[in-house]
Amino acid sequence: MSAAGIAAQFAELALAVLLAPLLTGWVNQCRAWLQNKSAPGILQPYRVLAKLFQKEVILAHNASPLFRSAPYLIFGSLALSAAIVPTLGTDLPLNEAADAIALVGLLALARLFIALAAMDVGTAFGTLGARREMMVGFLAEPALLMVFFTASLISHSTSLSTIVAAIAHRELVIYPSMAFAGVAFVMVSLAENARIPIDNPATHLELTMIHEAMVLEYSGRHLALIEWAASLKLFVHMCIGLALFFPFGIAGGGDWLGLVLALPALAAKLAVGGAALALIEMLSAKMRIFRAPEFLGTAFLLAVLAMLVHVMLEG
Amino acid sequence: MLQHFGPQVINLLAAVLLLLAFAMLSQRRILSLINLFAAQGFVLFLSTALVAALTDQKHLYVSAAVTLVLKVTLLPWILHRLIRRLNVKWDVETLINIPTTMLVGILLVILAFNLAAPISQLAGTVTRSTLGIALASMLLSFMMMITRSKAVPQVIGFLSMENGLFFAATAAVYGMPMVVELGVALDVLVAALILGIFIFEIRERFDTLDTRHLEKLKEH
Amino acid sequence: MPIELLALLLSPLAGSAVLALVGHRPRAAEVNAVFSSLSFAAAAVLVARVIESGPLVALGEQLFVDSLNVFLVALTAFVAMTTSFFSRPYMRVERDHRRVTGPGMRLYHSMYQLFSFTMLLVLTTNNLGVMWVAMEAATLTTVLLVALYRTHASLEAAWKYFILCGVGIAQALFGTILVYFAAEKVLGPGTGSLLWTHLDAVKTELQPTVMSIAFVFLLVGYGTKVGLVPLHNWLPDAHAEGPTPISAVLSGLLLNVALYALIRCKVITDGALERPFASALLMGFGLVSVVVAAFFLSRQRDVKRMFAYSSIEHMGLITFAFGMGGPVASFAGLLHMTVHSLTKSAIFFTAGHAAQQTGTQLMENIRGLAQVTPTVGWGLMLGTVAILGMPPFGVFASEFLILTTTIAVQPWAAPVLLLSLGVSFAAIFGKVQPLVFGEPTAARLPHPPALVPVFTHLALVLMLGLFIPPSLADWYRQAARLIG
Repeated sequence: MSAAGIAAQFAELALAVLLAPLLTGWVNQCRAWLQNKSAPGILQPYRVLAKLFQKEVILAHNASPLFRSAPYLIFGSLALSAAIVPTLGTDLPLNEAADAIALVGLLALARLFIALAAMDVGTAFGTLGARREMMVGFLAEPALLMVFFTASLISHSTSLSTIVAAIAHRELVIYPSMAFAGVAFVMVSLAENARIPIDNPATHLELTMIHEAMVLEYSGRHLALIEWAASLKLFVHMCIGLALFFPFGIAGGGDWLGLVLALPALAAKLAVGGAALALIEMLSAKMRIFRAPEFLGTAFLLAVLAMLVHVMLEG
Repeated sequence: MLQHFGPQVINLLAAVLLLLAFAMLSQRRILSLINLFAAQGFVLFLSTALVAALTDQKHLYVSAAVTLVLKVTLLPWILHRLIRRLNVKWDVETLINIPTTMLVGILLVILAFNLAAPISQLAGTVTRSTLGIALASMLLSFMMMITRSKAVPQVIGFLSMENGLFFAATAAVYGMPMVVELGVALDVLVAALILGIFIFEIRERFDTLDTRHLEKLKEH
Repeated sequence: MPIELLALLLSPLAGSAVLALVGHRPRAAEVNAVFSSLSFAAAAVLVARVIESGPLVALGEQLFVDSLNVFLVALTAFVAMTTSFFSRPYMRVERDHRRVTGPGMRLYHSMYQLFSFTMLLVLTTNNLGVMWVAMEAATLTTVLLVALYRTHASLEAAWKYFILCGVGIAQALFGTILVYFAAEKVLGPGTGSLLWTHLDAVKTELQPTVMSIAFVFLLVGYGTKVGLVPLHNWLPDAHAEGPTPISAVLSGLLLNVALYALIRCKVITDGALERPFASALLMGFGLVSVVVAAFFLSRQRDVKRMFAYSSIEHMGLITFAFGMGGPVASFAGLLHMTVHSLTKSAIFFTAGHAAQQTGTQLMENIRGLAQVTPTVGWGLMLGTVAILGMPPFGVFASEFLILTTTIAVQPWAAPVLLLSLGVSFAAIFGKVQPLVFGEPTAARLPHPPALVPVFTHLALVLMLGLFIPPSLADWYRQAARLIG
């Protein structure tokens, strides 16, 4: 572990927490542009957060301590997952914990708490949202794991930094398996982050909403934390995608210069990724909720095929 | 450059072929099915031509040309004409639901890979690793033939099974001798024509193309 | 290239072309018979030559005739000829009944010759790839023939036949690719690596794993055409719904030829593998076919369908015999191929006439054939007695040899075989007896039925039961040695 590594670790965590709303703002702005609307400004998510933090928290009478602690737990587990994804450098102090399966576990933990909190107050919408969220999660998680397994088969390790290091520092080889896994990963990420075609983050239509249905009872700083965590989740997913499929510019161990150069590289990749996400959302239509299993089933199939193709063609 | 990236591109094409086989298995609409079949033929053409360029096998260029003419142009054209004349605009439906089909498909792929593994180890071709994929896409088309109840998708299944076999021949042995390959192509073409006529006859007699109505003949 | 080999193949091919033009004319049936007779004459000359001077290859080694296939060539050409004699009056009645139209007759005659050509090509080709192509072509021609009447049932049967055999034959192509793959390692790329004579010369050097996988695919592929259980579903429908001459050639020729292809592949596989892998598979499939077919027999109501199941049973028995291997079992298998082909086609001839006389194929509506047309009735009875393995017919001799070898080599299978043969005896005899005797429901036919082929076949079967000519026996022995 080097000084550069420790610096990279702190820089990553700080960047993730601070820049996540900016990424959300950027995606919203791109989408507004594509739809020929006037954009709300890239800093709008920060303004929303600031407003919510100033507001008073209103709790239901029958809310349990779980309901109050859930936002902190959710934010915490997502912040931790942001810390273990190698975005700037691969030589991180948290490497020991940075296992792909652990990462999926952390994301699942956040999901579990948000679903529990949604059911805690006992409103109809909360339960409905929680049920839908668990259905999506139940289908998306195996697919996400399969994507990670494909990557680990290539690099012979489940440790995230080893995977990224192995993929980044290798001569250019075409991996059909990674192409499949990439598509699967994008599909899973769309579902996990409640984007179109699975959910629409911009509406409160009771027939279709998932994420928004779960957080209807939250207010004030609790809601701010949950919204922040949602941005963080998008940020984490995008960073995982970039690290696995476009790992260029990520610094190796003890490389200060690389670390400094990794920052603009990451920013550029995130900007492109955000724009691509906005484009995908623009081009697809929201699916009926009953079609979601089919969508995620396809993602799972692709991920499994990626693994099989790797075994057959690249083994 | 070609020698370095050629085999990798062939692997990529093989992977795309497998993906197309799954897409066909899950495709509900008859028109898209025909387009997927044409796409499969085109991928086959690309990979055959690439193998020909890599290995300098003259007869493979001929096979690639035959593929382009027969499987990318002629057969899809016949199929398009067929459904236009039959005026079938309905969606294709499957006998068992799609997720189950997919899972069985994955199992078939695993089976095919296991079966092909000892063979590809012995092969000396640059394309040897794609043999499993060829066998897998053949088995997937085979499954498509079984799970579909309409006549046209069954025919497409039959034709795409032939595609899988053709790819297997290219992968394992750089294609069969010319006589055989041309003979097979002729058989496929004739079969497609006969089936086309048959589909008309069946429609005439039964007023439907659902082959589930074809079950008068069974053991009582 | 010997002229008779050329004539053997070209006469049906030319016949197909000619009949495609004139097949609907009144005299087309005679033309059909002439072309079939020509090809049989060529086959007879070919047999004489092979007996005299041994195996021959021709056309740049693409064609090959040895003791194994020459007798099948003769048998095929012979049955194709007698069936063409039979089809003349039979199809005339069908046309009078308006079941077939003029264009239908043209298709029928042309496809009949093309089918004979593909059969003979499968038998004489030396190239495993061409063998596959010809087999697929045979499927296509017979699909058209089975669907000739354009009724619901015949279309359904043809569709089922096509889909099942299409799937099956695709597996055989994969098997052929694998054989080529194994051979290419030894013989180098090119057509030479698919030639059976070359493969046979180097069979011990072929990669065993590849050959065993290849054989499984070939067995599934060609086994579908042989009608081995559980790949037999197409067979009863195709036999029952097609025109009777086609049922006769399907049972008498196509099944034999598919089995021949399988045996050729078995010889190569056995050479490559040290364990009796192919034999075990053949025995297993054969035995299952015998048992399943025997138990399905008693449930049949359609006369042609019942005899189709009997064909499955007999093909199973022959497959089992070749699976056991050894000089006696292979000899018996070859003999059984011959007598089954002759007897079964004779039975279909008479059953077809019986169906025409009563206007139905349902056995409960066919009664008293012997009273109305004694020749048809007695022909059916004698054929049935022959196919059930009663002495002194040839089927008895071959079944007896197969059973005694089974008791000696695979004693566990003997009770199963005996039981199945007993069950099928009871089923068939019980059903055929009232057809022949009893209150007549049949009417006379407007044309005299052609029963010369029936009694010629039965006479030959009888002769083979009493006495096998030394040259024929010699020939079987050579072929049996080849099969191993």
